[in-house]
Amino acid sequence: MEEVIAEEKIVTVLREKFADEIISVESPYKFLTVTLKADKIIEIIKFLYDQEKYQYLTTLCGIHYPDQKSIVVMYQLHKLTENKRIRLKIALSEENPVVPTLTTVFPAANWMERETYDFYGVIFEGHPNLIRILNVEEMTIFPMRKEYPLEDQSREDKNNQMFGR
Amino acid sequence: MRMETVSLNNVKVSESPEGLEGAGFFATSLEKAVGLARKNSIWPLPFATSCCGIEFMATMGSHYDLARFGAERLSFSPRQADLLMVMGTIAKKMGPILRQVYEQMAEPRWVLSVGACASSGGIFDTYSVLQGIDRIIPVDVYVPGCPPRPEQIIDGILNIQKLVETESLRRRDSKEYKDMLNKYGIE
Repeated sequence: MEEVIAEEKIVTVLREKFADEIISVESPYKFLTVTLKADKIIEIIKFLYDQEKYQYLTTLCGIHYPDQKSIVVMYQLHKLTENKRIRLKIALSEENPVVPTLTTVFPAANWMERETYDFYGVIFEGHPNLIRILNVEEMTIFPMRKEYPLEDQSREDKNNQMFGR
Repeated sequence: MRMETVSLNNVKVSESPEGLEGAGFFATSLEKAVGLARKNSIWPLPFATSCCGIEFMATMGSHYDLARFGAERLSFSPRQADLLMVMGTIAKKMGPILRQVYEQMAEPRWVLSVGACASSGGIFDTYSVLQGIDRIIPVDVYVPGCPPRPEQIIDGILNIQKLVETESLRRRDSKEYKDMLNKYGIE
């Protein structure tokens, strides 16, 4: 019970400071998740870092929702002193997914943002070195977007006769 | 189980090639003598990227013992290697590195592709994985399996040995060979 109250506390603080920015608050699998508008995300994370001591960036990644035509960037923060976690989500448009970089607050976001750019094409404005990190440099697509068929139907190099499919 | 005593009588010496024999001399063609020597002293370069590499370790170990075929001296420098053994998934990003290793090897050089991934991409039918190393370098022998057992790898080596033994000394200078390399964009 104590945990729930504590989680509500941070939500109350966020509601006081950034009432207009919060879209929804949920706890899927008991993980506090706050969906926010994209505009002030860095400001909010900076606030959580300075005032609320959420000083560890667990992870950051992209999620593609083809039905909503949006690319979501998800941030997970950890408050090490009290072992509290929070997940922040912002939705960006599929055509132009641009968001300011988090490297200004967490230098560790550098590679995570590169990975998110590599796989989802999210542009992190102000990132010191936004290039592909895992895939070959020549790649022209963002492979984790759910816009490609699972297999290229026209390929002939792997036919059923040889591969038993 | 019957214990076999190991004595020099059990050691199998490779057969001498065809030739002319007489009292105090033996004459054969240079090609055959070189083939025999090369065949039984292959220096492999292991390029192991995943589970097939583990099977290779078993192949090199005392139980399967690739040393029996004269290939126990692994060369971890491509310059001194005769045989490039590619074992495991080759991601597209790894492709140029594999190619560079192949290019650094001195002629004559052979390539053994071990396992489904190296031979065809295997189960990794995806954007990030090279669908068979024969897209970037020529391959002499393919060993199927996921991963292949050490016996299969040894079988692949024996097939390489057959190629090494019977290869013409002029093959690497031939136009056909150069054309084949050019098809892969090498040289």
